[in-house]
Amino acid sequence: MIKKGEWVRIHKNILEPGERAPQVPDDTKECPLEMWDKGFLTSDAHMGDEVEIETVAGRIEKGTLIEVNPSYDHDFGKCVPELLKIDKQVREILFGGEK
Amino acid sequence: MVKANDYASVMGRKAEIMLRSVGIDYSKFESGSIAFDYEKMMKETGYTLEEMQEIQYGVNVGNTPLLELKNLTALARSCAPEGKGARIFIKDEASNPSGSFKARRAANAVYHAKKLGYKGVIAATSGNYGAAVASQAAIAGLKCIIVQECYDSQGKGQPEIVEKARKCEALGAEVVQLSVGPELFYKFLLLLEETGYFNASLYTPFGIAGVETLGYEVSMQFREKYGKDPDVVICTHAGGGNLTGTARGLKKAGAASTVIGASVDLAGLHMASDKAFNLKSFTTGHTGFGVPFSNWPDRSDVPRSAARPLRYMERYVTITQGDVFYMTECLATLEGLEKGPAGNTSLAAAFALSQEYDRDKLIVVQETEYTGAGKHVQPQLSFAKSNGIEVFFGDPKDEMPGKNIVLPEHPSLIKATDVDLDHMRRSLIKTALKTYNTSEPTEQDIKFLAEETMKDETWVRKTVSELK
Repeated sequence: MIKKGEWVRIHKNILEPGERAPQVPDDTKECPLEMWDKGFLTSDAHMGDEVEIETVAGRIEKGTLIEVNPSYDHDFGKCVPELLKIDKQVREILFGGEK
Repeated sequence: MVKANDYASVMGRKAEIMLRSVGIDYSKFESGSIAFDYEKMMKETGYTLEEMQEIQYGVNVGNTPLLELKNLTALARSCAPEGKGARIFIKDEASNPSGSFKARRAANAVYHAKKLGYKGVIAATSGNYGAAVASQAAIAGLKCIIVQECYDSQGKGQPEIVEKARKCEALGAEVVQLSVGPELFYKFLLLLEETGYFNASLYTPFGIAGVETLGYEVSMQFREKYGKDPDVVICTHAGGGNLTGTARGLKKAGAASTVIGASVDLAGLHMASDKAFNLKSFTTGHTGFGVPFSNWPDRSDVPRSAARPLRYMERYVTITQGDVFYMTECLATLEGLEKGPAGNTSLAAAFALSQEYDRDKLIVVQETEYTGAGKHVQPQLSFAKSNGIEVFFGDPKDEMPGKNIVLPEHPSLIKATDVDLDHMRRSLIKTALKTYNTSEPTEQDIKFLAEETMKDETWVRKTVSELK
């Protein structure tokens, strides 16, 4: 049970594939237009329920409950060794002449 | 009565929603044909330079440092012909409260919204502008909603956009995230209608006028430190506001600097394609915005855009993704400055263009942007690799957007490629004639099109007759 007032993330489709704009390319037209938003639950619920939230702007939005206390998981990625090669190369061009 | 919320019905209410959310009656600047009174629009609905400075300095925006990049200049000279290699400078706009020059646009828009009594502001942006509006709304005590295009249909988010969502939320905004598609505008209209908030469009006169202070500052800082205006100002070019505002500011300072636009070449990638969305490593500052927004500025979220780049752009160059990543790394390793890659588009162009100019010339890159998780050369290259993009060293001219990223084997391989501006000007005229369904433009239209394209009326007349 997730309590009313908890900070959550919701998801919903706001346009189904058949409702998309006429100018959208074919690969995009096959997909729904999806939306994600965050807010405080307005009543107790379970994960996967259709719920209502109040956003930080004070709006009421509805959707499927997908996450409680949502966090960020973007980072600095995996090591990119090419960057070390660039560093070495340009430092040698500029400062490496007097070895 | 409940209003219909299907796509066509909402788009049909666009004009009415816009009028209420921007507070500008654009019809009074219209001629009824192609022409509209651009300068009157800028004058009556914008702010004077002094007013804008007062607004911006009052919220800690602007007066950013001007830095000379001596090591990058030395590197450029090592690649340049004898006697060539202009001095390269950078305007450190990342020092603004939200981490980019967009704070200037947002400061004015939010000030204006508050003055008109709006309770909140909404902006449709996946870029730095979202954080800028959120930051300014936080200072003004207004509510803020940012609508961004963030995920593909697999739910995979572009790291840079995910980071911008985090920043907007950190600054107190609600972030409505969407999957790929131009219907972002549809949701944006629905939100404006629902909340009655102000449309903090990037393209209003006050937004664009907000950038004029940047051009003006560049000129003043150069005069004070180096006794003259910069010879060349390079602007990363996407929607056109950065270049338009900067160029207008330079003019207001009386500077005759050459204004050059630079975009990352993303030719071949469809901007509204779900599959192509995560194959690009730049979410702005690229040709996917730079070209269409120059060829036809009035495709934005306001009836008449105040960003009209072909009026001011004297030269337009493209640079590759690999060039920009390489130069971003150089900026860190040679100048000790870690900045976001997208803002370094014009830096990569400056590095190449510096080699065309004599050593006593001054060339300035007029922005930097903040960097952090997701919004950094390493996560962007790592993300590209995870999406099957090949990353290797070679000649950047072999780069194919969406397939590979070619890091230059040597800095001398970084080249700026000129875009045919006359071709773009013709395209603008063609679209104007088509949009207004005429092949016989009025005298006023001809004059207007000459201003729009920085050409004379004879050239416009000739082009019109060729297009018939």
